[in-house]
Amino acid sequence: MTEARQAIESGVPDHFPWMHPVLRKNYGQWRYHERPRPGVLKHVAEGGDEVWTVKAGTCRQLDVYTIRQLCDIADEYSQGHLRFTTRSNVEFMVTDEAQVEPLIKRLNDDGFPVGGTGNSVSQLAHTQGWLHCDIPGTDASGVVKAIMDSLFDEFINERLPHKVKINTLCCEINCGGHGDIDINVQHTKPPVINHDLVHKICERPTVIARCPVAAIRPAVINGLPSLEVDEKKCMCCGACYPPCPPMQINDPVHTKIAIWIGGKNSNARSRPTFHKLAVSGLPNNPPRWPEVAATVRNILEAYKADGRPFERVGEWVERIGWPRFFELTGLPFTRHHIDDWKWSRPTLNSSTHLRF
Amino acid sequence: MAKKMPETPMLDQLESGPWPSFVTNLKRLAQTDDQQYGDRMKDLLGQLEYSYKTIKGYWKGGTVGVRGYGGGVIPRFSEVADKFPQSAEFHTLRIMPTAGYHYSTEALRKMCDIWEEHGTGLIALHGQSGDIMFQGCSTEQVQPAFDALNEMGFDMGGAGPSLRSSSACVGHARCEFSCYDEARSLRMIINHLIDDLHRPSLPYKFKFKFSGCPNDCTDAIHRSDGAVIGTWRDDIQVDQEAFKAYVADWGRKRVIDNVITRCPTNAMSLNDDDTVEIDNRSCVRCMHCINAMTKALRPGKERGVTLLIGGKHTLQIGDLMGIVAVPFMRLETDEDYEKLKDLSECIIEFFAENALEHERIGEMIERIGLADFIEGVGLEVDPNMVVHPRANPFVRMDDWEEQADKWNQRQPAAAE
Repeated sequence: MTEARQAIESGVPDHFPWMHPVLRKNYGQWRYHERPRPGVLKHVAEGGDEVWTVKAGTCRQLDVYTIRQLCDIADEYSQGHLRFTTRSNVEFMVTDEAQVEPLIKRLNDDGFPVGGTGNSVSQLAHTQGWLHCDIPGTDASGVVKAIMDSLFDEFINERLPHKVKINTLCCEINCGGHGDIDINVQHTKPPVINHDLVHKICERPTVIARCPVAAIRPAVINGLPSLEVDEKKCMCCGACYPPCPPMQINDPVHTKIAIWIGGKNSNARSRPTFHKLAVSGLPNNPPRWPEVAATVRNILEAYKADGRPFERVGEWVERIGWPRFFELTGLPFTRHHIDDWKWSRPTLNSSTHLRF
Repeated sequence: MAKKMPETPMLDQLESGPWPSFVTNLKRLAQTDDQQYGDRMKDLLGQLEYSYKTIKGYWKGGTVGVRGYGGGVIPRFSEVADKFPQSAEFHTLRIMPTAGYHYSTEALRKMCDIWEEHGTGLIALHGQSGDIMFQGCSTEQVQPAFDALNEMGFDMGGAGPSLRSSSACVGHARCEFSCYDEARSLRMIINHLIDDLHRPSLPYKFKFKFSGCPNDCTDAIHRSDGAVIGTWRDDIQVDQEAFKAYVADWGRKRVIDNVITRCPTNAMSLNDDDTVEIDNRSCVRCMHCINAMTKALRPGKERGVTLLIGGKHTLQIGDLMGIVAVPFMRLETDEDYEKLKDLSECIIEFFAENALEHERIGEMIERIGLADFIEGVGLEVDPNMVVHPRANPFVRMDDWEEQADKWNQRQPAAAE
């Protein structure tokens, strides 16, 4: 019998062998950059080397055919190297300016939109959704496709007040970030419990400990050990569902979509911020989530018309005030916009700074 | 004989429109009848269409792994395998890419070949933590698929209560804002702590992210337990002639409205000769003016990192951002990098010993207090850790003299 192969615990591989040669040569030696046109960055090194980066959108869930197609393009234009961004855009580095336009044409002809630089909507960062997650309330790739189709012109142009980062997430608890606009699942009903299965699958103390509002307690139902939920306390986050799948939180009707705005991780100008609730109660409506797409578009158009240069969405609202945000977007302000979770006090207005 | 393509009227609607379609990609794989995965991808499409129709997900977890490691494979078993038997097992292998996501086409093509042989040909570039996600492996193919990728020089990523795969911005490779070697730091820390990544034994997950400047392109401050963000301690480098050229090109109004008055601490002033004056002691290193005028302004020369600890998403106590734990750590010499490595190990050890089960480090700090954490990992409290000092008097302070003495001892005058 042959001996079983042991893993080579090599960790994160060395980046230099995979890096474009001009990037490798000028590592840590870049002087400045400019943006000659949407989708293109030009970087100049201390020693005078120049490199043009052409950025294109992908759909993140790639098949080998698409990856090989991107490789063909890289072999032809960028010396057999390419890189990806944290938002799943692909970047080709070109050292000859004359190759930039032909590369853009090639990418466009092959169906990869060039853009995502500067004051544009970059690709949505997204989670896994129905394709692969074990707890998703919605899909991710489908939402991204629908929204990017709708905002396509804002990806390939740089005509917004500032950059706009949009994220999706398919549950309320784990993944996702705080972008300018976020599209998040919002459950509206407590979990539906299958009491026949709880004692077989769930470690009950773990589930009880997982609840952020201590709404779950042990119970005996039909003679079997199970769990019950205090539905007055439950705020429907779904944190019990991953450790206890019989506590089904997803529901075709009551799992809704909420849109949050004004998150920002960059420290530029203002400190980083969390996103804030703009609107909830939108239907989870595949395959194209038209209500969500229209609401995102509405918010983006209001920002585009009223934002000033260098204002991110959150900074725009900070200037004009929330009353004006709800007026400009036509979205309702409800009691649910008033935070009552811990740390909520500083989110309330303890001043006479008011806008009318 | 190959199966028939499933009817997917809802997914079909996601094939139109200008943005690249993942459905087209999935279908192309499903139609690859000369490979082992064609039928599996047909059933995967069938299950996804079923999710779209019923508005529900149908995957459950389980236990699948490779020899020697405790994590890195995300097991997925279908709950509707009776309807879609070929994709009943559809696991993901998380494989760590290079810091900065650089590839040669040779490597990518080889990965494609491996994934056609052992998986489905479906690869996500990349997951949100920063892994390459090879999606759709059967249980029996997990080990051979990993072996082939491992032979190429790639290793398994993290999953479960462990150190997780990391990500870095493009940084030193192609960005003039980069204040330290992000890729070197990532490799150094992750590979030093690799045992905690491959064999989950921490209270809960721990993610590092590496951004080269305060623009924080990896979203480290929201999305990582350990955010390593580049910064500088001395003065912004100014090329006054280039600054004057911007004023001449843009006009004073645009410079004043978009650069000078957007400084968050009013540290900039436009001089009468169209040069700029910067009050560097008031500058908070926000990057705005440098972002706006890339040819005239640059980060200073004394460069390093700020370390923020405790960022995470909502579960369990609510979203938290990282908190400053080290305001500035110079990163220039090999010794400097060693110090960062030692500190990261110390933080992981403190987390391992003090966090409760399923508690992120940000939640642990919320429970024990920042001051105890800072002292616990051998650091010193600093006014840069707070937006402002305590505003309520409900605190016991009978060791005030002792605490004040610690501060006084650290001041430069005391050291003389």
